[in-house]
Amino acid sequence: MTTTPHSTDLIRLTAAEMAAKLRAGEITSVDLTQAHLDRIEAVEPTLNAFLHVSAEEALTTAAEVDKIRVAGGAEAEKLHPLAGVPIAIKDLIVTKGQPTTAASKILEGWMSPYDATVVEKIREAKLPILGKTNLDEFAMGSSTEHSAFGPTRNPWDIERIPGGSGGGSAAAVAAFEAPLALGTDTGGSIREPGAFTGTVGTKPTYGGVSRYGAIAMASSLDQIGPVTRTVEDAALLHELIGGHDPKDSTSLPEPVPALVDAARTHDVAGKKIGVIKQLATGEGYQQGVLDAFNSSLDALREAGAEIVEVDCPSFDYALGAYYLIMPSEASSNLARYDGVRYGTRVLPEEGPLTIERVMGATRAAGFGEEVKRRIILGTYALSAGYYDAYYGSAQKIRTLIQRDFDAAFEQADVLISPTAPTVAFKMGEKTDDPMAMYLNDIATIPANLAGIPGINVPAGLSDGLPVGIQFLAPAKEDARVYHAAAALEELLGGKGEVIWQQIPDLASSSVDV
Amino acid sequence: MTETQTEAQPLSFEEALEKYDPVLGFEVHVELNTKSKMFSSAPNAFGDEPNTNVNEVDLGLPGTLPVVNGKAVESAIKLGLALNCSIAEYCRFARKQYFYPDLPKNWQTSQYDEPIAYDGYLDVELDDGETFRVEIERAHMEEDAGKLTHAGTSGRIQGADYSLVDYNRTGVPLIEIVTKPITGAGERAPEIARAYVTAIRDIVKGLDISDARMERGNVRCDANVSLMPKGTTDFGTRSETKNVNSTRAVEQAVHFEIRRHAGILSTGGSIIQETRHWLETSRTTSSGRPKSDADDYRYFPEPDLVPITVTQEWIERLRAELPEPPAVRRRRLREAWGYSDAEFRDVVAAGLMDQIEETVEQGASPAVARKWWMGEISRLANARDIEPAALGVEPETIVALNVLIDEGKINDKIARQVLEHHLEGEGSPAEIVQARGLEVVSDDGALTAAVEKAMAENPDVVEKVAGGKLKAIGALIGPVMKETRGQADAGKVREIVLAKLGIEG
Repeated sequence: MTTTPHSTDLIRLTAAEMAAKLRAGEITSVDLTQAHLDRIEAVEPTLNAFLHVSAEEALTTAAEVDKIRVAGGAEAEKLHPLAGVPIAIKDLIVTKGQPTTAASKILEGWMSPYDATVVEKIREAKLPILGKTNLDEFAMGSSTEHSAFGPTRNPWDIERIPGGSGGGSAAAVAAFEAPLALGTDTGGSIREPGAFTGTVGTKPTYGGVSRYGAIAMASSLDQIGPVTRTVEDAALLHELIGGHDPKDSTSLPEPVPALVDAARTHDVAGKKIGVIKQLATGEGYQQGVLDAFNSSLDALREAGAEIVEVDCPSFDYALGAYYLIMPSEASSNLARYDGVRYGTRVLPEEGPLTIERVMGATRAAGFGEEVKRRIILGTYALSAGYYDAYYGSAQKIRTLIQRDFDAAFEQADVLISPTAPTVAFKMGEKTDDPMAMYLNDIATIPANLAGIPGINVPAGLSDGLPVGIQFLAPAKEDARVYHAAAALEELLGGKGEVIWQQIPDLASSSVDV
Repeated sequence: MTETQTEAQPLSFEEALEKYDPVLGFEVHVELNTKSKMFSSAPNAFGDEPNTNVNEVDLGLPGTLPVVNGKAVESAIKLGLALNCSIAEYCRFARKQYFYPDLPKNWQTSQYDEPIAYDGYLDVELDDGETFRVEIERAHMEEDAGKLTHAGTSGRIQGADYSLVDYNRTGVPLIEIVTKPITGAGERAPEIARAYVTAIRDIVKGLDISDARMERGNVRCDANVSLMPKGTTDFGTRSETKNVNSTRAVEQAVHFEIRRHAGILSTGGSIIQETRHWLETSRTTSSGRPKSDADDYRYFPEPDLVPITVTQEWIERLRAELPEPPAVRRRRLREAWGYSDAEFRDVVAAGLMDQIEETVEQGASPAVARKWWMGEISRLANARDIEPAALGVEPETIVALNVLIDEGKINDKIARQVLEHHLEGEGSPAEIVQARGLEVVSDDGALTAAVEKAMAENPDVVEKVAGGKLKAIGALIGPVMKETRGQADAGKVREIVLAKLGIEG
């Protein structure tokens, strides 16, 4: 007979450890899943990381895995290494049987009749799905304050934001509500919340993970990726969700690389790590962030890595190019929400009921401020006579940024920078200043524009708040970011142990809402 | 301030042509006959229950992505080659954005500045056998929209009580063929319009890339017409008559628009750039919506699709698969069948070349095939106000009828009756002849009885014949035919009468 460890200890394990205990029969998936559901129940009133919790479905999947394990034999052998380890899914990714809202009123109550490809893979591998996590409406934001269903709070300091748009997934993983989560990253929506919550998050190479079923914000920039507490866990989840998908024309034909192997080798001796000049200093970088960044560089140097400086002059234009391309594509992708076929339909309060007026009333009532801002911006940028000056020029900048990266990777195996210029900021601090909010993504955006992989790995605390370091690698070389991130994780004390011992006990905190 | 179009009486066609030179332009949409849709795996099928041939991609549900139908790309390349176009080595799709409830994503995925085929031409054959070259600007791929049905008296979205939308057609692969402005057509403009659309229809049918049934909207024509005063070269303002869905209607629409434009221009009015609706009943057009060149569709390259690259090998492989061009085929068949130019033109104009070819292939002589298709079948179709080809007569039926005639089992008149019974669903010619007992009466017993009866009832005629007036026998044949319900062999009747009277025939 096995003994079940206390549930609060269970949830603090890494996903890899949970998987090992499940395989060894030391714990059951039902207990593991229930422990997370208990934790969700305890901390959700404070955090609001989940928009929907699917306890029943999660426990059903867990029981199925347990049954197969107990029966043993070939079926048990065939189980995926992560089978039975629960996961949370950003509510931008469609799921059959659970609502998908994109944190927007315009999709409130909508149920997808199909599963995203990544969700199919997760169901196939039998990971219990705990529920859908909060985000900025349609992933537009850097703080999760733009959710139509209330902001998510940062478990490190509930007066602060958890980053965005994937603040729900990052907060859920940081607060031990889930060991694994899925995010999406268009300009940093996995990595920036990772930095603010001390979680590991990867934006894979564009095309590395199928986008089929990820509600599109900016099609040429969006990627689904893993959110976890350790680099190894991120690699395990990345390998599960990656690979070619015939339903996504932009998906790469190559199989997913050996990421877990990369995450388990920590030797950086002789590796060249490039510090991006444009993203290492300058305006807006907090001293605490720069201190943690420099300590990380010192640790890597001591471990035998060669730190070189690389120059990426076009990065100065990255934010501008991003805020033309992203809203242009978003304005188009969000045109379908018109109240005609699904989702919310709002009738005009007065006047004739014409189709244009119903579409107008629906979109006026259904979309939030930030979404409207980007739709207007994108519609303008694509207008006849402005296309070349805006969208066209932005695409040229994009090419220049790719060339900067190409040149930089001639000199270095991976590039390094702080993930965000600051630690998590206070709620409400930047909601009235979109430009200040946009500047948060200055270091993460270039990777999306170039389609290359990037990872956030926690690098200690500054005044009790996590600081994140970003590694970047050439397209299809995702293994390199896992290797570098795992090395830094190891050098800084191993799998984030140091920081996790310092996270406040949320179950005892409360918040006025 | 809104501009109002001068209402003026259309000029006669002759007057219009005296004063103005017409300029034409056509946008022809061809629906492809691929198994699945342009960007999804849903079936591409016509006539099913509304909203059944759709999946999440067609409905533009959140998170869905398009995947290009490779077969549709092949069809586009083949059509481009048949239209003597250059094929782009690299091309992309774009989003053409506008809000309309028949567009689930509120954009149409189309090709904008990078069409797959461009700069071609088509030599179309006119009624008198001359050819007229139509320059092709481009042929590009796109997806069809859904179908709206507006309830209420207007029949349009404005003023409808409510509208129903069927998304089955959403995402059906289309190729749009755009001509360059066609000048120099003069008085033959309507004929050229019909000949051009007919030629496109025949080509896509010959390539087997479309069902090419205009009445189902497989081939749809938007006809642009403008006039310039004789002797000038600056194009006038054009009107675009949408969705003219038969070759005849295209001809009539161009004819009417030339007269309408001329009526307005000659009374000092100006043409409003707009779309026009074709009204089949009055053979006129009515005002649609204003159309400006500045309509802003906010095109941008479709980021969810990768560019299409077409290799030279691919082009050459498809070129090798191309069937004989219709014009070449026409020349070959005319020679093989030995028809006169006039006979052959009539066959082509009646749209019966395929039917006659097949009938000949199945064993009928070209003369017999022409006699049936251009004669009785055309007459029956005319009476029903449909195209002869649409009557539903199969070539094998004609061959079977002809075999029965050759075997002496039925005569021409009976054969025509058998055809009518066949169209009423009574089965094959042989079955009808059998079931209805229509076989020519050559059995002497029954025929002799009928002849005896006729002779008994017409003693005066018998007397004349017996007196040597052999021509009078004709007066006996009528009653015999009546008795035998037309199945008697007239020659046989004559033989029996003469034998009875002991006269050497």
